[in-house]
Amino acid sequence: MSRWSHSDLKTLMAKASPLRSGDQLAGLAAQSAEESITARMALADQPLSRFLNEPLIAYEQDEVTRLIIDSHDMAAFAPISSLSVGGFRDWLLSDAVDGAVLAAVAPGVTPEMAAAVSKIMRNQDLILVAAKIRVATRFRSTVGLKGRLSSRLQPNHPTDDPSGILASMVDGLLLGSGDAVIGVNPASDNLQVLGGLVEMMADVIHRFEIPTQSCVLTHVTSSLALIEQGRPVDLVFQSIAGTEGANAAFGVNLNLLRDAQQAAQSLGRNPHGGQVMYFETGQGTALSSGAHHGVDQQTLEARAYGVARAFDPFLVNTVVGFIGPEYLFDGKQIIRAGLEDHFCGKLLGLPIGCDVCYTNHAEADQDDMDVLLTLLAAAGVNFIMGVPGADDIMLNYQSTSFHDTLYARRLLNLRPAPEFEAWLEAVGIADAQGLLRTPEPKHPLLQVLP
Amino acid sequence: MTDEVARLQAWRSLTQARIGLGRSGASLATRDVLGFALDHARARDAVHSPLDTEALGREVRDLGFDTVHVTSLAQDRQTYLARPDLGARLSSQAVAVLHDTERCQPDLAIVLADGLSSQALRHAAPVLGHLRQPLLDEGWRLAPVVIATQARVALADEIGAELNAAMVLVLIGERPGMSSPDSLGAYLTWNPMVGRTNAERNCVSNIRTEGLQPAAAAETLLWLIREARRGALTGLGLKDLSGLTAISPT
Repeated sequence: MSRWSHSDLKTLMAKASPLRSGDQLAGLAAQSAEESITARMALADQPLSRFLNEPLIAYEQDEVTRLIIDSHDMAAFAPISSLSVGGFRDWLLSDAVDGAVLAAVAPGVTPEMAAAVSKIMRNQDLILVAAKIRVATRFRSTVGLKGRLSSRLQPNHPTDDPSGILASMVDGLLLGSGDAVIGVNPASDNLQVLGGLVEMMADVIHRFEIPTQSCVLTHVTSSLALIEQGRPVDLVFQSIAGTEGANAAFGVNLNLLRDAQQAAQSLGRNPHGGQVMYFETGQGTALSSGAHHGVDQQTLEARAYGVARAFDPFLVNTVVGFIGPEYLFDGKQIIRAGLEDHFCGKLLGLPIGCDVCYTNHAEADQDDMDVLLTLLAAAGVNFIMGVPGADDIMLNYQSTSFHDTLYARRLLNLRPAPEFEAWLEAVGIADAQGLLRTPEPKHPLLQVLP
Repeated sequence: MTDEVARLQAWRSLTQARIGLGRSGASLATRDVLGFALDHARARDAVHSPLDTEALGREVRDLGFDTVHVTSLAQDRQTYLARPDLGARLSSQAVAVLHDTERCQPDLAIVLADGLSSQALRHAAPVLGHLRQPLLDEGWRLAPVVIATQARVALADEIGAELNAAMVLVLIGERPGMSSPDSLGAYLTWNPMVGRTNAERNCVSNIRTEGLQPAAAAETLLWLIREARRGALTGLGLKDLSGLTAISPT
């Protein structure tokens, strides 16, 4: 191991990372298969406490580092404080460590520790440990309970046409989707358009008493403006990343996120408390904005979760294959990244879901997505996306469909969020066993269409 | 037609999204699974089919332009997809070829780039056809049209700089969508040089049969080209004048 004895943690982490195109693009990846594995062996020998003493990005330079260090809970860390990274893997997999133990230790685990241990775990380890952890959050529905799989209904339209969006919403609801959130990505950043979408979704949710919540996935400053206008904003959305610089490229910082959280909380729309934030992340965002500090993309992704957990989010979503093949080249890399992200998110105590997705220039197809979807559902992922026919006609990529959610629920005997499950039966979309009925043409939901 | 069928059709006509699909148990019906696979196959073919530079060159020369072919540093499609940085720089042969091109300090250099969809370049010659005469009538000096393969948008910056052009227009294949495998994008950059950012360009996108027509795209581009020269700038400053929609990074 002498090759690595003088290596800094940042280099060791990057070389130990399972191969992906984004680290190669950044010039950080291991140069050979053997180098990658010897780096993993050296990483396994590092004490977890080293991560507290050697920040990968300097404390003085980066507010995300300061957040991680300043909020670290030494008491929660105590049970694992003497472990190495390799010993941490064995501990996580051990029979004595269950969900309650992992929830208690979560505030003592830093994003870098989570990333480090994930790098020496196989896919089955990432699945098995994540499956021990349940992180349930509540708005009008409860998302993340054991035995449940929720979905975000994603009714996007290339010109934000309210009728087109409504048509996709109705389709998804009739197919049992939308219990995590009805969340639309707008093409426009015009406040009138955005406000109209917020009102339309709130109206449908109110009129049909649907136990779910809505979100327009626009920049946090637009959501703040909508709140000031008195629009019924349920969840505030923002893309976030793992460095101060990458967040600046998104036009956000921790103070701005705090302002948005407080503004949304002040509306009091969550009947169960203060969980009002919806964050999206994805490996590679820091490199694409030139703010990666020589840290590998998976570690930076875990640091984005460090940002997310400071805001007690209702939903966190890793949009795993959206960024393109220069960061995750093919199905194998996307699958691995999806499992890493879900594991790290759960280990850090986040209500994490996954946009199981790819673009047409990546080496991936629906078969790869079936594999990742099945593995994540087995690992207990909180929610996935529901896009009509898996084809997002606004963002031009492929995600999971309403039918894909039905498939995963059927295969693994998973059910929607309990409040939403009861609603599906009450309005005649599902029968008492939870099986979907063929919708009646006179179903009230179909009558809202123009 | 029954009321039920009419209602379903009216519903589906509200969006191009794949709504109203049937179920086989929990899963999609055969027809929809295979239909999706066909659309994906077409998008994949658009990404991976090499651009027929000979045929495109003939088409463009028939319009009265000279042409020259260059390649980027990305030597194959796999490298191109994984290394956007290499697709944004000229190969050494390409630099030599452009050096040999006659120097005329052109007002405008035009680049036709494969980008992520070679099929989109079927719309390039029609756009050029609408641009040529108005520009010649106004006395614009045009460089030979550069056909570039394994090329990103930013490759045009280096091409424009090598040709000493005041500005560069690149027509490039956009990332294919499931229902739009042949969409062409156009990017205009004043004073091209290596290192320009997308914020310094103006973009006209979605040029295809079912989208923005080549004649309409050319009209918008002519406006942008004239205004860029008048104001000696492209990018956010020019966008603010035109009211055009914001550029999307590729």
